[in-house]
Amino acid sequence: MKKDILKHRLVPEHTILSKSEIKKVMKELDIHPEQLPKIKQDDPICKAIEAKSGDVLKITRKSHTAGKFVTYRLVLN
Amino acid sequence: MPDIKSVMKVLKKKKADFPESLIEEIADAHERHNLDDKELNELIDRIKKAYERATVEDGEAVGTVAAQSVGEPGTQMTMRTFHYAGVAELNVTLGLPRLIEIVDARKKISTPTMAIYFDDEYFDARFEKEEIESEAERERFKEEFVRKTANMIGKSSMNDILKNFNLNYADMNIAVEIDEDKIIDKRLDRDDIIKRIEKAFKRVQIDNNMLSFEPPAPSKKEDDTKIPIRELRLLADKVRDLQISGVKNIGKVVISKEGLEWVIHTEGSNLGSVLKMEGIDKVRTTTNDIHEIEKILGIEAARNAIIREAQNTMEEQGLTVDVRHIMLVADMMTADGSVKSIGRHGISGEKASVLARASFEETGKHLLRASIRGEIDHLTGIIENIIIGQPIPLGTGSVGVIMKRR
Repeated sequence: MKKDILKHRLVPEHTILSKSEIKKVMKELDIHPEQLPKIKQDDPICKAIEAKSGDVLKITRKSHTAGKFVTYRLVLN
Repeated sequence: MPDIKSVMKVLKKKKADFPESLIEEIADAHERHNLDDKELNELIDRIKKAYERATVEDGEAVGTVAAQSVGEPGTQMTMRTFHYAGVAELNVTLGLPRLIEIVDARKKISTPTMAIYFDDEYFDARFEKEEIESEAERERFKEEFVRKTANMIGKSSMNDILKNFNLNYADMNIAVEIDEDKIIDKRLDRDDIIKRIEKAFKRVQIDNNMLSFEPPAPSKKEDDTKIPIRELRLLADKVRDLQISGVKNIGKVVISKEGLEWVIHTEGSNLGSVLKMEGIDKVRTTTNDIHEIEKILGIEAARNAIIREAQNTMEEQGLTVDVRHIMLVADMMTADGSVKSIGRHGISGEKASVLARASFEETGKHLLRASIRGEIDHLTGIIENIIIGQPIPLGTGSVGVIMKRR
């Protein structure tokens, strides 16, 4: 059940970034992680992929306009 | 796809960062018109120019444009609240009231509804297991399964399975006869119903299909003012309304066939429980309750749901709003990890600037509170700067000059 929700049509792909990836992305966007949109630690998706507070999630959305769109969210508790 | 690769190569050389859908389109044109390298170069050059011209410029007031673009069609929407959606028997809030509901992020929406789909893979597995070969038999099995599931989801009360219902004032009891045919027709479990009845009513005698209910025994205290006949009638209502099946928060269900597929539409919504049921499509089954989606599927799903619901509402009224405006609204509403409303209690109420908040609503409250707490306004927003009569940080105003000291 926990993993089932990841397949739902409304749920885009979430992946946890490693430390070095976070650094690379932050440099590319020229921002601090705190400036990213947030996602709660008790969000069902965070529970399903076991993301902890302080992680940055890479979210690959299917977009109506761009086909694919990559965005990031910072996990907060 | 060799085409995408060759297009990507040219794009990289020209430093053009196009979205995926655009690259696919170029690759498609490349193949269709059999372009040579020179033509492809020319095409990409021109697309790059057009693309860059079409992007939003730095400092553009996208929020204001989005607000106007959603607001203007809103004035043309009907004030009529109810309309059918998909199935004739179900009422769903549409039009302006629905749009307001979405943007306000209401906890309790006026007409929650679900669309429940079935998992074909589950059916295939069942066919295999039970060796159902012929097409007609498979269809019959499917329909039977759908109806059974619908009755498990939809609310049924005692009233739906009664044959006889008698209030006996002489003996002060209620004689009830259950209709076995109706139970079979509704695909319910008789033992389960009996169990539920026994659990709900203490003073009940069950003899096959004949039930006899008695009102609670009068207490022996002197000050008992209960009127026996009234008690009996109250009990009668209770018996009739006893829920014997159904998922919590879901009322009526409507079964319909859309194309080749069975779909159940419900009045009321409980995504969590329905997704746990057997044979349900866990990918497409959905609800129109955004808070429920947030709870069950997370914040990103809620964002998608806001976009979908808002766009469907506009489209249903024959209005088209560019998705980008709605996407911006949805992004703002979900930016801090939970669904926030637009307005006093949500986004506008959380602005950093005191003056911006005070100019929106409840001016006195904000100014008073800010003075008590000693808040500082850094004058970084638009509204603050308009109030004090400075150039606003928007468009050409959003750049400044920094000088190095010598």
